Amino acid sequence: MALGKEHPLHGRRKRSNLMLGAVLGGFVALVFAITIVKMAGGNSMEGYDHTIRYSIDPELKATEAEQ
Amino acid sequence: MSDATVNDYGQDAQFDDYFALLKPRVMSLVVFTAAVGLLVAPVGVNPVIGFASILFIALGAGASGALNMWWDADIDAVMKRTVKRPVPDGRVTPRNAMIMGLWLSVLSVGMLALTANFFAAGLLAFTIFFYAVVYTMFLKRSTPQNIVIGGAAGAFPPMVGWAVATGGVSIESVMMFALIFVWTPPHFWALSLFMNDDYTKAGVPMLTVTHGTRVTRNNILGYTVVLALVALGTAFTSIGGPVYLVVALVLNALFLRGAFGLWRREDSAAEADKYADERKFFRLSLVYLFVHFAALLVDAALRGFAFMPQLPVVF
Repeated sequence: MALGKEHPLHGRRKRSNLMLGAVLGGFVALVFAITIVKMAGGNSMEGYDHTIRYSIDPELKATEAEQ
Repeated sequence: MSDATVNDYGQDAQFDDYFALLKPRVMSLVVFTAAVGLLVAPVGVNPVIGFASILFIALGAGASGALNMWWDADIDAVMKRTVKRPVPDGRVTPRNAMIMGLWLSVLSVGMLALTANFFAAGLLAFTIFFYAVVYTMFLKRSTPQNIVIGGAAGAFPPMVGWAVATGGVSIESVMMFALIFVWTPPHFWALSLFMNDDYTKAGVPMLTVTHGTRVTRNNILGYTVVLALVALGTAFTSIGGPVYLVVALVLNALFLRGAFGLWRREDSAAEADKYADERKFFRLSLVYLFVHFAALLVDAALRGFAFMPQLPVVF
């Protein structure tokens, strides 16, 4: 049976739910921002990926330039 | 039928009640001191990483606050100052406070490890453990040294902030720690002088309860002298500067004068004016800590300018 009347409790719960939603949304946004920053500046995290890249082996670039 | 069902949940805990479990006022001091620790460090931190780290440090402090409210609900229910907290007031169950405290501890430490570094996260974990277990569960109810040793928990945040930037500990972060650590006893003992009845009623062995007000007044003066030495010593580390030195000289002179006044006072005089001087000293202690850390921040901001005279770095 549906509730016909709004109890003040529903209003309070709605407010709590909205605030919790905002906190969780903010947390997701923060983790996303941290990820972007870590990826942008995280050269040390770059590993071997079956492709030779100068960024992980600067000496290789120097050797090729000499040839 | 529907009315009865709704009314059963009349005591529903709201978002604000859970937020109050985090002790927002304590958290604001943690945010400030941790931010200063991070910003005065010689290593720059990406703003997003810095912001997130401070947030997680604050969350860790909040988590330990929730655990404290869970464990201390019986004490809080007796003391006037704390009776309106969510757990003694019946708005949040002790079990929920504990669950929230534990999960937020895990979340804050884990996220700080991922965001900053493992050292800072370990230090935060130790801080939470120290406040929630060492202070709340053991020291608080067993010894008048409770707030002296327990003060370490409140003193760690700038050290954690510094560790976020540098990944370690150094004399500068130890001095910031010492500043809060030695500041805590005079701050809380001044409070306990005019809140003595509350602590007696709750059976918390504050120094005023176990050793009386005379011993407390002596100790306030003693710690304030040590505090002045620590505060002035910090001026001669690499984070000190002329602004900090001037601020430290003025504030420590005022604080020493206040402590000396409390030391000379008899209880009859204090009762006659409803502990006016003790309350004044307590308020001054809040300003004292805030302005010292603000001065460190100002000196850090001015360090790059050539016109600023530099102090010798002794420590």
